[in-house]
Amino acid sequence: MAYVVELDAFRGPLDLLLHLIQKNEVDIYDIPIARITDQYLAALKLMEALDIEVAGEFIVMAATLMEIKSRMLLPPAPKEYSEEEGPDPRAELVQMLEEYRRYQSAAELFRSRAEVWTRVFPRGGELPPEVAALVPDTELANLSVSTLVDALHQVLLEAEADHGVTAVQRERVTVRMQIAELWRRLNANPEGVSFRSLFTHPVTRVEVIAMFLAVLELLRLGRICVVQPHTFGDLRIQKVAAPTAPGDGGAAGTAVR
Amino acid sequence: MDDTQLSEALECLLFVSGEAVPVERLAEALEVDAERVLQALEAMRARSDGGLQVAAVAGGWMLCTRPQYAQYVTRLLRVQPQKLSRAALETLAIIAYRQPITGPEIEAVRGVSVDGVMGTLQARGLIREAGRKQAPGRPILYETTEEFLRYLGIKDLAELPQLEA
Repeated sequence: MAYVVELDAFRGPLDLLLHLIQKNEVDIYDIPIARITDQYLAALKLMEALDIEVAGEFIVMAATLMEIKSRMLLPPAPKEYSEEEGPDPRAELVQMLEEYRRYQSAAELFRSRAEVWTRVFPRGGELPPEVAALVPDTELANLSVSTLVDALHQVLLEAEADHGVTAVQRERVTVRMQIAELWRRLNANPEGVSFRSLFTHPVTRVEVIAMFLAVLELLRLGRICVVQPHTFGDLRIQKVAAPTAPGDGGAAGTAVR
Repeated sequence: MDDTQLSEALECLLFVSGEAVPVERLAEALEVDAERVLQALEAMRARSDGGLQVAAVAGGWMLCTRPQYAQYVTRLLRVQPQKLSRAALETLAIIAYRQPITGPEIEAVRGVSVDGVMGTLQARGLIREAGRKQAPGRPILYETTEEFLRYLGIKDLAELPQLEA
């Protein structure tokens, strides 16, 4: 079964951009657009590799960044056409980033205030609704997702260096083989064998599956019967003396044929 | 009624109320000038002794526990304070400073869809709908609630921390 983990990862393209700007210690008013664009795209790739769903908004921002980058590569318009320099292609983006950053720091203030105020209780059995409807807090202590993603990136880079090749052997266990094995054991133990004992010695997953299918197959063919002497107890597998007499349920308990 | 009696009586009123009470109602019950009640409340708020504190929250005054003893309170009540995700806090901040505001306007600032977090914030009672904007599509407007004021421990929106320039 696939284990799906959903992360709050980057809270959006602006969050990711601010993270990159901070990490590179560059001025928000003079973003080295080529470098940041490259890193932004690398981050998207990593998110995809991690199976983090990359929302459409991230792709839109990637396109915006590339557009700004290409506009900055164009030579400035000749002086005779424009007295002043044209607007910086980055201006709009910077404005968005600034506004977003303002609310981000306000959110940070909210968080620290709320941290105090969720620990203040009024009188009475009635709890404030935000306390009453509670589920365990699963937020990682002081780790931000960006820290984790950076760390993982590092690990992946190091792992890439190792190009060792391993051959994987395919296990050759068939249901037919397991039927033969089960039959051999039943012949050796006329009083029956324990179901559990079929799986006790070290076995691989494939062997377990094949053995279980072997039991089902022999049951279907009416060659064995399975009894459970005690509720929740172990199952016993016995050979059926062919042809079976009606009503011959074997030992006490439930019998499956 | 002298000052000591006044603050002791106030303590009684706040104790039985259990929730935030406006100054006017306290003044009415005490038959004392609201200005004087407010002064007494301010003095009580400034005190730092005792396990309980007087706080001005959500348009009124209330008696509540001090945060430093929260670990014992939560253990007795068997609750665990739940934190809002950063995405939810960001969205809440945008709504708080720009209310009333529509979903698309919030998304324009955050650069990302906010459907999920809006649901969380509404379920926690921190925001509510506030009519519709007279604009194409008549989008729903949102504003913060009294619960939001309690969440931050502030009396009204004027007490919100200043947004950075």
